[in-house]
Amino acid sequence: MKIIISNSSQEPIYKQITTQIKKMIMTGELNPGDLLPSIRNLARELHISVITTKRAFEDLEREGLIETVAGKGSFVSQYNREMMKEKRMEMIEEKLAHIVQESKSLDISLQVLQEMIKLLYEEG
Amino acid sequence: MDNNILEVKGLKKVYKGFTLNNLSFSLEKGYIMGFIGPNGAGKSTTIKLIMNLINRDGGEINVFGLDNIKDERHIKERIGFVYDENHFYDELSIMEMKGIIAPFYKNWNNEHFERYLKDFDLPLRKKIKELSKGMKTKFSLAVALSHDADFIIMDEPTSGLDPVFRSEILDILASFIQDEKKAVLFSTHITTDLEKIADYITFINNGELVFSETKDSILENYALVKGGKELIDESIKRELVGIRENKYGFEAVTSDVKKLRSQFKGDIVIEKPTLEDIMLYTVRGSKNA
Repeated sequence: MKIIISNSSQEPIYKQITTQIKKMIMTGELNPGDLLPSIRNLARELHISVITTKRAFEDLEREGLIETVAGKGSFVSQYNREMMKEKRMEMIEEKLAHIVQESKSLDISLQVLQEMIKLLYEEG
Repeated sequence: MDNNILEVKGLKKVYKGFTLNNLSFSLEKGYIMGFIGPNGAGKSTTIKLIMNLINRDGGEINVFGLDNIKDERHIKERIGFVYDENHFYDELSIMEMKGIIAPFYKNWNNEHFERYLKDFDLPLRKKIKELSKGMKTKFSLAVALSHDADFIIMDEPTSGLDPVFRSEILDILASFIQDEKKAVLFSTHITTDLEKIADYITFINNGELVFSETKDSILENYALVKGGKELIDESIKRELVGIRENKYGFEAVTSDVKKLRSQFKGDIVIEKPTLEDIMLYTVRGSKNA
């Protein structure tokens, strides 16, 4: 498990943690049932406040990505893969919407944009 | 109630020319609190009052839920105290000094003590007066950690310490609060590295409380603001603290960045502040007021 905190980032530290753990769950680097470090342990390792790691974990809990069992620790939830996929689709849609807008502001036609995506897709 | 390791209520101490006035704050088990403020703000006075080294003129202090004067003996068994000035005998060596200190504590743990001496590279036979300031602090910290304390209080622990050891202290303190029953209060006027791990920040200025809150909420609500002088009017001034105008523009701090963002539509730079910025501008603001 890898978590990198940037002190110069505009993004608050708790958000940096949630983003990175989310990504690990989505990419399958973390699997349902996996045990996460304790909030105090994580805070000690990263030299950050316990309140910061606590907040990050609370956010992940609220989103249903992790579950905390008193006395045992926090685990990756037995989430529904379908739901997960839907969420990721939403994320892609959001990013695409952004790209479409950028393209429009530069007067790039739909055709050209499609060509670009096609090329990138086939390259990958 | 039960969760507070420290409760300070309406604390008052009057000196000639300085009053610590109606100070209240509390610290929960399992957390680290940074106690900040400029020199002369009253940090050391507050800590001395908590340790009952000087008499208070009003208010109340509870440690572990017990009155700090009535239950002083019991409380001090469980406090590890690191003091900024040398309170050891200069002519003794570390080992001789330990021989004097250890019997005072019921729960003295020699194994822990010797491990810390080794970890901290402390020379056992050197006289206290021959130790550098940093070494004295290390020795003091080793003692504080060797009698099973539940609460560590440090007065300016980082002054005189190099960055390497300051970083080691972060590890030591973070390890100390791993079981959720202990807490740390440290005062400092340099708000750099120890601020990283602080959960709460209590800021006093001129004997008065400015705030006592979680560090995260402070850093979220405060911001450093910079812009052209033409932007400053009376309504904006109300949102800013410690405005510093120069030839080309102004700099200030705001305690409500959301409100400022919604009011200010013009060209303005809003940056993440450090605790040092917040302290600096607040102190300046109070001087100009």
